[in-house]
Amino acid sequence: MNVSGGSGNRPPRSNLEEEKTSTTLKPPALGRAPHRARLDKREPLLGWLFSAPAVLGLIVFLVIPIVAAVWVSFRDWNGIASIFDSESVGLANYRELLTDDGVRRTDFAISLRNNLYYVLGVVPTQTIIAFILAVILNQKLLKGKGFFRTAYYFPSITSSIAITLIFVFLFQTNGAVNRVLPFQDIDWLDNARGVIHNFLGVFGVEGPAFLTENEFMGLELWDWLAGPSVAMVAIMMLVTWTSVGTFMLIFLAGLQNISPSIEEAAVVDGASSVQRFFRITIPLMRPTIFFVVTLGLIGTWQVFDQVYAGTQGGPRKTTFTPAYLIYFQAFTNSKAGLAAGIAVILFAIIMFFTWVNRKVIRDTGDF
Amino acid sequence: MADIAVTRKQVGVRERGAGPLLKRLLGYTALVFFALIFIMPFVLSAATAFKSLPDIQANPVSLVADPAYGGWTTEGVEALNSSRVNLPRWTFNSVVVTVFVVLLRITFGSLAGYALARMRFRGRGLIFALILAVQAIPGIVLAIPRFMVMKELGIINTYTGMIVPLAFDAFAIFLMKQFFEQLPRELEEAAALDGASTFQTFTRVMLPLAAPGLIALIILSTQGAWNEFLHILIARIGRPDLATLPVGLAGLTAAFGQAQPWNTIVAGSLITIIPIAIVFFVFQRYFVQGAAASAVKG
Repeated sequence: MNVSGGSGNRPPRSNLEEEKTSTTLKPPALGRAPHRARLDKREPLLGWLFSAPAVLGLIVFLVIPIVAAVWVSFRDWNGIASIFDSESVGLANYRELLTDDGVRRTDFAISLRNNLYYVLGVVPTQTIIAFILAVILNQKLLKGKGFFRTAYYFPSITSSIAITLIFVFLFQTNGAVNRVLPFQDIDWLDNARGVIHNFLGVFGVEGPAFLTENEFMGLELWDWLAGPSVAMVAIMMLVTWTSVGTFMLIFLAGLQNISPSIEEAAVVDGASSVQRFFRITIPLMRPTIFFVVTLGLIGTWQVFDQVYAGTQGGPRKTTFTPAYLIYFQAFTNSKAGLAAGIAVILFAIIMFFTWVNRKVIRDTGDF
Repeated sequence: MADIAVTRKQVGVRERGAGPLLKRLLGYTALVFFALIFIMPFVLSAATAFKSLPDIQANPVSLVADPAYGGWTTEGVEALNSSRVNLPRWTFNSVVVTVFVVLLRITFGSLAGYALARMRFRGRGLIFALILAVQAIPGIVLAIPRFMVMKELGIINTYTGMIVPLAFDAFAIFLMKQFFEQLPRELEEAAALDGASTFQTFTRVMLPLAAPGLIALIILSTQGAWNEFLHILIARIGRPDLATLPVGLAGLTAAFGQAQPWNTIVAGSLITIIPIAIVFFVFQRYFVQGAAASAVKG
C-alpha cells in the first residue's frame, strides 16, 4: 500500500487488498514442484536460462545496491566522482548523524522528530477513517456502494506528484481549503509553528527553561515536543486522503470474511448494532487492523514525493523527513556517504516494521 | 468485489421500523460527505485549468469562470508548451519510459515466473527466496547506492538508466508465477508429446493461456511506471529534458517562485492523472486483483 505512500506513502506498492474478494492469488507453498515425469532433460539448464535475466537484473539493481548502501555509508563520497575515488572514513558519517554536534545531526534529529509526529498522525487517522468507510460500505441497507468505493479508491492509483500539486493549490493561503473552512485564513504551507506549541501557547506555556536548556541530538527538548508543523499537518492530510481508499479495500475484504451467521446469532440474542460493532466486528477484525497498521507504519516512514513536490522540506525544515534528507544530503549537499548512512538507519526502522508485519501475517494466517 | 452486497443479503437478518431508515440516512450522509471530499479536488482542478489567473485569485472555490475576469480561457493550458513548462517533451518521455518498462517487465516476469512455477532445477528455492527478500526493500533506501551502480555502469542521464532498473520487479515475477501455477499441467504434457520444445511450449501454449495474468501485469506496470517519481528524478538528475510528467511537474512550483500559474499547474497535473484514470475505470477489477496480490506479498 501506498503505503506508502507511495510515494507516499510511497507506501510500498500502494495497492493492496486481501485476496478473498478476487480470484486465486494465494501464495503457494515454497518447495519443490509435485513429482512428475521430467519432460525435457535439459530442464535444469532451461530453468536457469529462463530465470537468468530477471535474477541478474535483481542482483545488479537491488541486491548489490542494498549491500553497497552499507559500504557507501562508511565512505566520504560526494556523489559526483566515482565511488572508487572516495575515501573510507569508518564511522564518521554515523558520528555526524548521531553524536557529533553540528547541523547534520540537528537536521537528522529534526527529520526523525517530524516523521515521528507524521506517523503518529497519519497511521491512526487513515486506519480509523478507512475502517469506518469499510463498515458503512459493508451495510446491506445501502445501494450504490460500487460508485462510492471507486470514488474513495481512485486517489490511491493516481500520480502522487500530480495530487500533491493539486493540494498545494488547494492549501494556498487564499485557496479553496481556507475558503471552505470556517476559520481565519491559515498560511498552511508556510507555517512552521508546531501544533503542540500552538496548543500550549493558548495556555501561556512558551518553552519552560528545563525544556529549552536541555537537548537531545542537538535539538532542544522543547523543540522535540513541538508537534508537527502546520505545513506538515497539511501533508498529513494529503497523504491520509490518498491512502484511505486502499486500506478501506483491505478492511472491506476482511469484513466480508466475517460469517453472517455470527451477526445473525447476535441479532437473535438481542445485541444492539453498537454492541455488535464493538463486541463482534472489532474483535474479529483485529488481525486485519494489525495488518493495516503495520503497512501504514512501513509506508509512513518512506514519505518523500509529497515533501519534494509540496514543501521541499520547508518551512524552516519542519517537513524534513529522513527519506527527504537522504535526497537532500546526497544531491543538494553532495554528501552521498552521509545520505547512505541515513538510508541504512531508515532501512533498519522500516525492516523492523516489515518484520512485525510479516509476523502478523504468519501468526494469523489470514493473508 | 461486486458481490459484497449479495453475500449478506441472503442471510435475511432484517430490522424493521424507523431504525433502518435513520441508519440509511446516516449511512448515505457519510458516504456522500466523503465522496465530495474525494471527488471535489479533481472537479475544482478541472474548472481551475480553464480559468484566468486573476479569476483563480479572486474565486478559488468557484466551479465556473467569472466573466468579470475574462470567463473561460485556455491560456493556462496553452502555457503547458512554453519555455519553463515543456509538457509535450515530458509526455513523450513518460510514454517511452512506460512502454519499455512494461515490455521488459512482462518479458522478464513471465520467463522467470514460468521457470519458478513449472521447472525443477537446483537453486529454484534460492531464487524464490531472493525475490521475496528484495520485494520489501523500500525505494528510498536504494536511491543512493542504485545511483552509484548506475553511475559506474555509465547509464546516468540516459533512457537506459531511467528504464532498465525499473524493468526488474520482483512483484512481476511473483504475479506471473502465480498465474502459471494455476494452469493445468496436462497442457504442457500434451504439447511435449506433440514434439514441442520447452521454449515452444512456453511461447505457443502457456503464455497465451496466461493472458489474464499478462493483462493484469501490463495494467499495474503501466500505472507504476507512469507514476514513478523517485527513480526517474535521480536517474536523470542532470538532464531536465529527460524529465517525465511527474518529474517535470514536481519542479514547477520551485521554478515559478511566488507567482504560481495555477491554471497551468493543475492542467499539467490532470493531464498526468487522466491516462491512468482511464485505465483504472476500464480495468478496475485488475487493480483490485493486483491489490490482492500485493497484500499477499506483504
